[in-house]
Amino acid sequence: MYQLIVFAPLLGAIIAGVAGTRFGSQILSATLSKIITTGLLFLSAILSWVVFMGVGFGDSPDQTIQLFRWMEVGDMKADWALKIDTLTAVMLVVVNSVSALVHLYSWGYMSDDKYQPRFFAYLSLFTFAMLMLVTSDNFIQLFFGWEGVGLASYLLIGYYYKKPSANAAAIKAFVTNRVGDVGLALGIMTIFLMFGSVNFDVVFAALEGGADTTLPFLGGEFNAIELIAFLLFIGAMGKSAQFVLHVWLPDAMEGPTPVSALIHAATMVTAGVFLVCRAHPIFELAPFTSGFITTVGAFTALFAASVALVQNDIKRVIAYSTCSQLGYMFFAAGVGAYNAAMFHLFTHAFFKALLFLCAGSVIHALHHEQDMRKMGGIWRKVPWTYGAMIIGTLAITGIGIPGSYTWGFAGFFSKDAIIEAAYSARGSSDAAIFAFWIGITAALMTSFYSWRLIFMTFHGKFRGDQHTLDHAHESPWNMRAPLVLLSLGAIFAGAIFHKYFMKDYGAFWHGALPGVAGDHHAAISNTLYAAAETTASDATYGKYESKGFIDWLLFRPVHGYPFWVLLLPLVASVTGFVIAYFMYIRGSVQAKIDHIRETGGSPLYNFLLNKWYIDELYDATVVRGTRKLGDLFWKVGDVRIIDGLGPNGVAKFASGAAKRVSKFQTGYLYHYAFVMLLGVAFLILVAFRGTTGG
Amino acid sequence: MLENLPILSLITFIPLAGALMLALFAWWGKPEGREQLERNAPRAALVISIAVFILALIMTLDFDSAKAGFQFMEDTPWLGGGIEYRVGVDGISVLFVLLTAFLTPFCILASMTSVKKRMLEYMIAFLVLETLMIGVFVALDLILFYLFFEAVLIPMFIIIGVWGGKNRVYASYKFFLYTLLGSVLMLAAILWIYNYSGVQLGERTTDMRVLIEELNIPGGAQTWLWLAFFASFAVKMPMWPVHTWLPDAHVEAPTAGSVILAAILLKLGGYGFLRFSIPLFPEASLSLAPVIFWMSIIAIIYTSLVAYRQNDMKKLIAYSSIAHMGFVTMGIFTFNMQGIQGGIFQMLSHGIISGALFFCVGVIYDRMHTREIAFYGGLVSKMPVYAAFFLLFTMANVGLPGTSGFVGEILTMVGAYQVNPWIAFGAALGMILSAVYALHLYRAVIFGEVVNEKLDNILDVTRTEVFILGTLAFFTILLGVYPSLITDVTAASVDKLISDFNAAQIAAGVK
Repeated sequence: MYQLIVFAPLLGAIIAGVAGTRFGSQILSATLSKIITTGLLFLSAILSWVVFMGVGFGDSPDQTIQLFRWMEVGDMKADWALKIDTLTAVMLVVVNSVSALVHLYSWGYMSDDKYQPRFFAYLSLFTFAMLMLVTSDNFIQLFFGWEGVGLASYLLIGYYYKKPSANAAAIKAFVTNRVGDVGLALGIMTIFLMFGSVNFDVVFAALEGGADTTLPFLGGEFNAIELIAFLLFIGAMGKSAQFVLHVWLPDAMEGPTPVSALIHAATMVTAGVFLVCRAHPIFELAPFTSGFITTVGAFTALFAASVALVQNDIKRVIAYSTCSQLGYMFFAAGVGAYNAAMFHLFTHAFFKALLFLCAGSVIHALHHEQDMRKMGGIWRKVPWTYGAMIIGTLAITGIGIPGSYTWGFAGFFSKDAIIEAAYSARGSSDAAIFAFWIGITAALMTSFYSWRLIFMTFHGKFRGDQHTLDHAHESPWNMRAPLVLLSLGAIFAGAIFHKYFMKDYGAFWHGALPGVAGDHHAAISNTLYAAAETTASDATYGKYESKGFIDWLLFRPVHGYPFWVLLLPLVASVTGFVIAYFMYIRGSVQAKIDHIRETGGSPLYNFLLNKWYIDELYDATVVRGTRKLGDLFWKVGDVRIIDGLGPNGVAKFASGAAKRVSKFQTGYLYHYAFVMLLGVAFLILVAFRGTTGG
Repeated sequence: MLENLPILSLITFIPLAGALMLALFAWWGKPEGREQLERNAPRAALVISIAVFILALIMTLDFDSAKAGFQFMEDTPWLGGGIEYRVGVDGISVLFVLLTAFLTPFCILASMTSVKKRMLEYMIAFLVLETLMIGVFVALDLILFYLFFEAVLIPMFIIIGVWGGKNRVYASYKFFLYTLLGSVLMLAAILWIYNYSGVQLGERTTDMRVLIEELNIPGGAQTWLWLAFFASFAVKMPMWPVHTWLPDAHVEAPTAGSVILAAILLKLGGYGFLRFSIPLFPEASLSLAPVIFWMSIIAIIYTSLVAYRQNDMKKLIAYSSIAHMGFVTMGIFTFNMQGIQGGIFQMLSHGIISGALFFCVGVIYDRMHTREIAFYGGLVSKMPVYAAFFLLFTMANVGLPGTSGFVGEILTMVGAYQVNPWIAFGAALGMILSAVYALHLYRAVIFGEVVNEKLDNILDVTRTEVFILGTLAFFTILLGVYPSLITDVTAASVDKLISDFNAAQIAAGVK
């Protein structure tokens, strides 16, 4: 069954890719490719849920299926294997469910496209690579999946290959990811150097022994575990678009929207979070790197949210939102709340895929218009999309009843779990309290840009041309059905699974994520929920005595926290909504657009609109530097110095280059043969002298 | 079954015999029959090269990879004085023989349509070339090796010089100049070794088996001898800064010539290091390894950057080859299993991938007669199957896991990391740069709108081309998914190489 889950998408990709254009007519090819790939993906998805239920809630054992040997060189051994535990099972469900729905959605979205077999082949290929990544039992196979999803992402971002911007974005994505991959690769090499193995179980079991080792690396001496953790995280930063290496993700929106939903929201970009969770035994022993992760994650959450505030392209808003939400996952992982990180990954997959597919539905309805300045007031035309997007927005902005753990949208549970975890860890990590406040601030921004998106797109007056509005239409059933299913996920995924991901994690995770009392980070999670059961007698906060209503409201311990900690994210969220409401519902959108067009916008606005000018910075330094250096090495290094002093210099030296060269023209071969023969003759002479004389 | 058969000699000399046969037909044949001969020569050459491949395959399958020593040995009197005809293969060389025999039929097949003049002579040159290439890998006598090693360049010169492009003379001149320098020094070193064997062992010999096992060259002399061999191998590799002949040679060579140049001839240097430098001069190898490392790293970064700025497809791939050979030299001089096995793997894998890339360039060059990158663009609309193949080989060149390119790169880097993380770090930067230049090339040629109207009627790959590219694609993926096909064969011999090397260091008191 496990093999089927992983290899069914590959089979689909091969059939659609190789045979896809040869089923006869174009329509037939497209239809058969669609049916085959989507059918296989639904099969995979259903089986994934079976596995998830079995491993997470039933008594299916964690296991590793060895497929066959991959590399075996000296001590370095890596197999093709399928490792199944709860962590993998969660990823299987996320990847296959979203992928299956995106396949289905693409029937409608891509219906006008000429190259549908190619599109579906890429989608299935991506799914396969992602599955290999999450089922790996060693770092090398993980790297295979890691770069494999990178390839699929490259192909899908550049799917509209005639557009120069799409091609540039595809290359940017691949190369930026490669920068991260170098970190990952070096991390894997360090792991092998330290432990003589790249197998997860072997490495994790040997970690304790290496805790005090230092290694030289690039001119410094580092604690081996910290070094490994740091290098692995560089890889995660690339794939999960964290600050410094985030630049590719917004540009990746050049790809078709279903791709953005699948790859650049729900699955591939979460691979970095998965990596940190999978390798959590390493990160637990690396407090410095964990602090670094918290800081980078928190900063990215804030940075990306700030950029999303002012973007006008509907997909870019959601892309920066993704970037920001990934930041949340990382700072959760950084403070040791790996289960919270995975939980947010899980819920985020549903609501973010939903938001993207809704955006796709809007774009589809408006003839590929993506600029929100040319939208507005279309909710009547696309009621299903509108409803689904509202649900997605309620989920991402974390609407729910604080302290209840029963009533709330998906994001409410997972985002609050992260913010609470950061608060809990404030004692043990300096980065944590920074992350906590940033988490709150970013929540406010998230709410603002999400509602701004809704208001600019669906409310007010339509600002595009009348023709587009007249032809605006709700999407067909195959696009609406995924919206409905994902909406269910965005509503219920948090409420249903909160208990298992966060509370009964021992029974659910089976040790795949920390749950054993005694280790440092598990202790945080433990206080989180053990304390929750014994509210009043919590030693951390002392015996609570009410000093009036305000005090009762804010400082009354609930689930082990002062109530304000639970309340604050919701306050931030509502504040964001209110600001957005006053700016875009009560205020005129058109007036704002006109104002910015006339005045050019404030410096802060432009700073945010231009994404903090980071692309420009990279362009001026790295990109141009690479070109300059290439030209320098080529034209000066190779041509002027090496050739100039070497062959050309020799030719010039020997009495007139032209004459010399022309002589070689006729005789170079004979010269060569002559020199060689001379040498051999001389040698033979020596040889015979040797036999007679010696 | 093969005990009594001089199988290595058969594999080596059947192509030469075929070449002679073709030459004799041309000599004695009537002028009227010339046209027919021109037509049939490629077919004959193809049959011959396929026969050689089958023999090489049988030999490889019969090869006992558990044994570290030389197999299928032939030892026949030749020049006397300890210089004899000695051939044999071990785990390091056997697969190079197979690779050569495997690629030659494809080169001949590709040449059938792309070569427009003097088909007969072309085929003769190619068959002679095959003999000499295989000869290099099987020779176990220093003099015999030297003969093959240098002679192999003569048919290559002829192929570039007669069937090459416009600037073939300059290219050949450059190649000649570099090679000449290396050859003279290596020959002098061989002479010295020959004489010294008489001093130390009592009898002069050029028998590699004896030299490896018994000769102990004093440390100071090792350095000079090592440098002399290095001069020759570094040029062939080619290593920075003696690499500039390669882009020119590639640009001027016809497709099959480029394929052989990249796939086989570039491997002679790496093979030389493994067969001669490390076993004969272990102390010098160790002490000079840092030089190799830095030259490798410079090669990887420098040539990758230069590759990015090229306007000519073949030049770009040629520079990329130099960078990939940097991984090989880096791996070989780590003296550990991952590094050396990775180096060998990288050579074999690069043989397939770079060969395939040059075939890819050849496909569109045959149609448009230009290699200029800017001429193309948007080919995927016209040639989707071609675009798919080109993508696969581009990704293999970039070292994507799942292709053979990855295995060589990761193994050599793992090997290098154990010696010095800086080296692995430098090589890893090459991973980024390879993506930069390879994707730049792919985008410029394959993606975008078809702007150039000359491309309007370009046709997708023919059946022959699909067969060639498809086979190479199959092996690129097969070796990427199951590299043990190679590493199992090379393991025992590499293990012995390393343990001998370590023993020599202990004897010399270094370790």
